[in-house]
Amino acid sequence: MTASAYVKVEDVAGYADVPLEEKERLFEQVRSDPRFEDYLYGCYECGICVAACPSARFYDFSPRRVAQACAREDAELVYQQMQEDIWECSQCFSCLRCPRGNNPGGLITIMREVAVNNGLASAREALEGYSRIIYKIMSTGTQVSPDMLQPDAFPDWGPEVRDVSENLDLWRRALPPETHHTTSTGWDVSERTLVELYLIWLRTGALDMIKEVDEGLHMILQEVMEERLEEEGIEA
Amino acid sequence: MTIPVDELKRKKERFERDPETLPEDFHEQLFQLEEDGEWTIQRVPEPYVEVPTKYGRSKKVPMAHLWHHKSCGQCGHIPGYSTSIFWIMRKLGYEYEDPRDQTSCTAWNYYASATSNAAAQAAVAMRNFAAASESGYYPLIHCGTSYGHYKEVRAELLRHAELRREVRDVLATLGKPFVMPEEIVHYSEYLYAVRDQIAAQQVRDCSRVAVTVHPACHYYKLVEGDAIYDPDVYGGQRTAVVTAVAEALGAEVRTYSTWFDCCGFGFRHILVQRDFTRSFATQRKIEVMKEEANPDVVLTHDTGCVTTLDKSQFAAKAHERNVGVAVLSEAQFAALAMGAHPYKVCQLHWHSADYRPLLEKLGIDWEQAWAEFQESLKKLESGERQYLTWDDVDG
Repeated sequence: MTASAYVKVEDVAGYADVPLEEKERLFEQVRSDPRFEDYLYGCYECGICVAACPSARFYDFSPRRVAQACAREDAELVYQQMQEDIWECSQCFSCLRCPRGNNPGGLITIMREVAVNNGLASAREALEGYSRIIYKIMSTGTQVSPDMLQPDAFPDWGPEVRDVSENLDLWRRALPPETHHTTSTGWDVSERTLVELYLIWLRTGALDMIKEVDEGLHMILQEVMEERLEEEGIEA
Repeated sequence: MTIPVDELKRKKERFERDPETLPEDFHEQLFQLEEDGEWTIQRVPEPYVEVPTKYGRSKKVPMAHLWHHKSCGQCGHIPGYSTSIFWIMRKLGYEYEDPRDQTSCTAWNYYASATSNAAAQAAVAMRNFAAASESGYYPLIHCGTSYGHYKEVRAELLRHAELRREVRDVLATLGKPFVMPEEIVHYSEYLYAVRDQIAAQQVRDCSRVAVTVHPACHYYKLVEGDAIYDPDVYGGQRTAVVTAVAEALGAEVRTYSTWFDCCGFGFRHILVQRDFTRSFATQRKIEVMKEEANPDVVLTHDTGCVTTLDKSQFAAKAHERNVGVAVLSEAQFAALAMGAHPYKVCQLHWHSADYRPLLEKLGIDWEQAWAEFQESLKKLESGERQYLTWDDVDG
């Protein structure tokens, strides 16, 4: 069977096609990740990963197809999956039930990283509306803050969200653990800890990754981090 | 030929593992790397309890001197979760450290957006482990995703020398030691280990409460070997955490056919694509539980699972779906059983699904409890006090 038999309708996601060489370059980035060999051993086509997969029940999505495309080194199909499929994965790792020890969820993590690093349309689209979360985790060290619980952001979570929002400061001060009195972070993170976190983002290239998908966010984060490091007398 | 169903069932009841097919024990390499001078291993401090894991090996779970690696989702949106964990530990008389020198594991963002990489994720983990080690306390991980992700990080560091070098260098620039804990321990493992001590301090009867359990994917599917499996719970066929605590408290644990399914959290989906999360949580979990087990409460042991199962029911209810099950962590349930205040400690007013029928089954007058909580708040509103403390909630 040729690879094209698996390929979905070409204009579903509305992304631009690129030459085969570009698809091969991207696949090479996936394959050269040190974790790639840990995550892929071959495929029986048994479908256990699909049966266990929550996303497969609600989307046109299959962890088996991802593992097979990678195993066949089908750069064409891997590219299409990077544009159309990978953001549907729930990253629950139920697919680790694979009898061969494959980790389709892990392959998808790598494919997502490559999509972000190369500013693929799917990554930009998937991360639209997600900027404030990235800002929160990278700049404060905690991802979910109490003040995110706003009724207009979570209208489907019931009237309790409004109650929390209206009483936020009071209810936070009623929490007995001393670290929990915060409203804009999950807990009280020390200044020195934040400086260390910023250095990690800068020195591992994690901050640079943001540039490809959201230049404005990258600029803001860079400014916040450099300012803090300068205060501490540390060269970024 | 007739299929010997009864014999197969008996076999499943008492599953014996083949010692020849045991996967490698990661500890050998962990300690070898210490001998080679690559890192230091933080030993599990005494006293500890040895608990059984998936492949039959035992795992040390420390009882005291714990450094609470908090969860951003718990502290941020379900604060009664972390408060209950602390409260139980105080009640049992075990000292602990609630650090400010701790960041989130950042894995929620990583699994949602991939705006990070293996080195950054490992460096965040090792920075937190270093902070715990420097404090002299041992890390106890509150979040199921942090726990799973840190085990994933450990596996990657064990396997890839170049990654170890890169992360060690980053830690060195921070002035931090390169320390890996002997065991990565989740709080639900701690509660499993002390369940008899919890039951010994039980003051509320749970025998009328029907419980279903939702096990967290990142607890037992991600680097699965050191999750707790107990031959006396589900015949060792399913992870024993949560269930063992509910059983120790005398609750009736009921099963259902989608027990192994994910909750539908999805990391990015819960924040920006909740139609998927809501559909999965209600159709594959809550409705199935309702139809097959009709529980008073679903107990789980992870940040995302409590959030997803609890918050997804409101919209489904509007569509007259068969939902309406209280959702608690087993830490909150255990705390309630031990006499914790439903609002001052368990903070149930942050939850969405109706928990009041459950409180009534536990013999708790929730209207009176709410009035007591409001009375406490007056101290803050009047300016008499800036914060409530542990003394206030236990008084």
